[in-house]
Amino acid sequence: MSFPLLTATAALPAVGAIATAAVPAARRTAAKWLALLVSLGTLVLGAIQLVRFEPGGARYQLTESHAWIADFGVRYELGVDGIGVALIALTALLMPFVILAGWHDADPLETHNSRWRPTQGFFALILAVEAMVILSFEATDVFLFYILFEAMLIPMYFLIGGFGDRAHAGGDEAAATQRSYAAVKFLLYNLVGGLIMLAAVIGLYVVAGTFSLSEIAAARANGSLDMATNTERLLFLGFFFAFAVKAPLWPLHTWLPNAMGEATAPVAVLITAVVDKVGTFAMLRFCLQLFPEASKWATPVILVLALISIVYGALLAVGQRDIKRLIAYASISHFGFIILGIFAMTTQGQSGATLYMVNHGISTAALMLVAGFLISRRGSRLISDYGGVQKVAPVLAGTFLIGGLATLSLPGLAPFVSEFLVLVGVFSAYPVVGIIATVGIVLAALYVLVLYQRTMTGPVKESVRGMPDLKVRELAVVVPLIALLVFLGVYPKPLTEIINPAVQHTMSDVQKHDPKPQVEAVK
Amino acid sequence: MSAASVHSLWTMGADSTAKIPTPHIEYAQLSPVLIVLGAACLGVLVEAFVPRKGRYYAQVFLAVVALVASFAAIVALAAGGYGSTKAHIAAMGAVAVDGPALFLQGTILLASLVSIFTFAERRLDPEAHGNRVDSFAAQAASVPGSESEQSAVKAGFTTTEVFPLALFAVGGMLVFPAANDLLTLFIALEVFSLPLYLLCAVARRKRLMSQEAAVKYFLLGAFSSAFLLFGIALLYGYAGSVSYAKIAAVVEGSVSTIDPALADTMGNDALLLIGAAMILAGLLFKVGAVPFHMWTPDVYQGAPTPVTGFMAAATKVAAFGALLRLLYVVLPGLRWDWRPVMWAVAIVTMLGGAIVAITQTDIKRLLAYSSIAHAGFILAGVIATTPDGVSAVLFYLGGYSFVTIGAFAVVTLVRDAGGEATHLSKWAGLGRRSPLVAAVFAIFLLAFAGIPLTSGFAGKFAVFKAAAEGGAGPLVVVGVLSSAVAAFFYIRVIVLMFFSEPKADGPTVAVPSPLTMTTIGVGVAVTLVLGVAPQYFLDLANQASVFVR
Repeated sequence: MSFPLLTATAALPAVGAIATAAVPAARRTAAKWLALLVSLGTLVLGAIQLVRFEPGGARYQLTESHAWIADFGVRYELGVDGIGVALIALTALLMPFVILAGWHDADPLETHNSRWRPTQGFFALILAVEAMVILSFEATDVFLFYILFEAMLIPMYFLIGGFGDRAHAGGDEAAATQRSYAAVKFLLYNLVGGLIMLAAVIGLYVVAGTFSLSEIAAARANGSLDMATNTERLLFLGFFFAFAVKAPLWPLHTWLPNAMGEATAPVAVLITAVVDKVGTFAMLRFCLQLFPEASKWATPVILVLALISIVYGALLAVGQRDIKRLIAYASISHFGFIILGIFAMTTQGQSGATLYMVNHGISTAALMLVAGFLISRRGSRLISDYGGVQKVAPVLAGTFLIGGLATLSLPGLAPFVSEFLVLVGVFSAYPVVGIIATVGIVLAALYVLVLYQRTMTGPVKESVRGMPDLKVRELAVVVPLIALLVFLGVYPKPLTEIINPAVQHTMSDVQKHDPKPQVEAVK
Repeated sequence: MSAASVHSLWTMGADSTAKIPTPHIEYAQLSPVLIVLGAACLGVLVEAFVPRKGRYYAQVFLAVVALVASFAAIVALAAGGYGSTKAHIAAMGAVAVDGPALFLQGTILLASLVSIFTFAERRLDPEAHGNRVDSFAAQAASVPGSESEQSAVKAGFTTTEVFPLALFAVGGMLVFPAANDLLTLFIALEVFSLPLYLLCAVARRKRLMSQEAAVKYFLLGAFSSAFLLFGIALLYGYAGSVSYAKIAAVVEGSVSTIDPALADTMGNDALLLIGAAMILAGLLFKVGAVPFHMWTPDVYQGAPTPVTGFMAAATKVAAFGALLRLLYVVLPGLRWDWRPVMWAVAIVTMLGGAIVAITQTDIKRLLAYSSIAHAGFILAGVIATTPDGVSAVLFYLGGYSFVTIGAFAVVTLVRDAGGEATHLSKWAGLGRRSPLVAAVFAIFLLAFAGIPLTSGFAGKFAVFKAAAEGGAGPLVVVGVLSSAVAAFFYIRVIVLMFFSEPKADGPTVAVPSPLTMTTIGVGVAVTLVLGVAPQYFLDLANQASVFVR
């Protein structure tokens, strides 16, 4: 038996989480370093996956399969395709930065008693989320995926509700109430989505008799599994609902601004750049693969919802006064693009969407973490409390600008490639939809540049005077992310090479072919 | 009167006595029940003859040994094949020895064992006059607040009678799911109910509330027993027998000979339907299903918390066992009539329990309503009418009992000057004061909410899967929606514990003896093991899912 690489990649952070939680109360710093080391180790394992993955090989690689709960038809089955391996790499890559950025976010206050160990808890929960997210990208058993999809809510919930911005800590009752409201809203939205998916998961078992993706695919191929049209549609809706909440798609998005606004910046990155990707990933892997006919049936509605997400999210982002909520609404807009790309059902659209998941993760992480550094200096999330920062802290302002430009998809930075691919993919199938979607790009320029202008340019506000520039730790977070944005913006080929074969598989699942380019014959 | 007639009368009398056969009792197969009931009788003697100082230790020892021995007997019977191939009906048709009976009896015994540990806990309350005290009144008979009570407390009395009472209750519960005729069913019901009524009344703190709870429980319980008994009478009139097998045969129409004495009533469907409905009402009362749930919150709140945990877990297991056997053995021929009714009961139970629980402000009442909602989930599995349904219900009951006992055991730890601090507002910030206790309670709450990787999820998945396969898809959807509602109030408690600032005059967490620690530890272990690796226990439940008839 070969080395179980996939299990190891998920098991390392899981074990690390337990070890971090067990560090004695006084050894706070040790817990931080342990968490950082574990996340770096996971990054190495993720990189090995990336290297060992053969783009031209079988659909699912590095597979593992063990008996688990035979009675439920459940096996512990893992395997990665190009999409999975790219997202695992993204997750493993972002984690060290998240941990580094949140280095001081959970230091205990004087008022806490000695048995309350927030630091250990904070880093243990982050690692627990990492473990579950990675395993959910690897799961090729629907039940296993479902379990992780639900279980990761619990550590996320504690991360959002238990740890706020430092500015508010120390008994600010109102902030604590808001935070706990945001956490509960996050959990309830996702739990309801998950429970509806549970009904569909059970329904799938009744229809198919197994949870294994490969077995279901085989049964479908040889005709032994023939879902009635209505059954397939209901099951599809059950699955899609859960993923649409997680992604989040308008009108199920309202938990995201609350959650991202109240959580600390690293946790907000965890939500939007990592955990939410599970939703869009699952649309590609489960909705399209398990229910191809129903997916095509639902496409028009989903495209409209995605369009609304793009435009509505962007419009609301323009109107925000709170930096973190602004980034949250921008994310909703971007998730609209991703979902649009997935359901355009063209190769370019889906490749673009997958690439977008990775790029959005990196660019949002860069923007959000710099915003977090900014907020931690002044203790306010309101845009109006800032002004002229670039004169006081030029490096901070510069990196913030680059993160912002990546968010608005400036050519040369990574998100541009993916957004372009999505739009091309959508245009070739649904030209009108593509045209409307471009509105999102225009609005993105508006909200990013206005944000930059209000906070960084202009006369130096009194409250900003004397603001220190980025420290070494913070630079260590930001610089690699920006370097990656530039690299993938100029040379996205390594990623697309891995992603494309997987997208081809998905396209053949739904039996869709790219529309032929139509050239008007010149007379 | 002639001499001959007298003689013949005597002769007839003599003949008929000769015709009563010696009952054939399979003592070995009934040994689990006999051990527990025998130990209960011994416990009564201990009360009478052992000096007061030694009673507590003698009783705890006796109870634990009896439960362990009884469980060992169950394991031996199951290993001997009585759960599958050798399953049969013992004691002249009165008691079934089969898979479901053994599985449920084993569950009841293990649950009772860990409950007994919480009964025996003596470190939580501060010492009264130099004596360690448990959760039970110094002298149950003395009027609350009276001088007699004070002198009893001063003298260091303790109500060690709770141990034999609990053993009697366990004995009744062991028979209840195994009862194979209606009279045995009724007797078992009374044998476990009467001690429970008493146990509810003997709380050390808040005695009036405890006595009120006991009276409520007793009155409503007596009502439900009357219903059950009336239903038994009607079914006897319908079938001419109280034996499960014979009633089932009559329901299926495979009996053609009619008992002349019952010629008017036998085979009359009205008697069958009304009788079955009344028996079901009696059983649904015991499982706490809506609309027979009214007693649950009051009794759960008023009873001493260890008793609440014991009752919530073991009674539910026993009652669902009896319900399963009745529906699957006696009334399968009637399922087109009872299934719609049970559908309705399951739906209102799930929704009612979950929705009303939202407004609760007392942790014990909250758990009571949550137990109602869970009764609804289990009913969904009962309705499946497939072997999978039986095994799913068995598995669910196993997981649920330990979560419940563990949760109530945690409730006993959180105390302020007035005893247990059960008002929810007092739990604010518990996660900051005692992270470990709060985390353990959070695990139990997550299991109740059915979050994956806990036994609650595995159980819920099993019953919903069985229900969906049994054609009850809409029931699954309702179940899933009410799970979402239920999740809200479980999470509310977690928010309160972890995200609220602790109050200055908040409760303290008492450090328990190893007894309660064992209970809670077992609860956590079972919850996680059944959540992560349930296969072995699912297999066990599968093997045990066939009723003997």
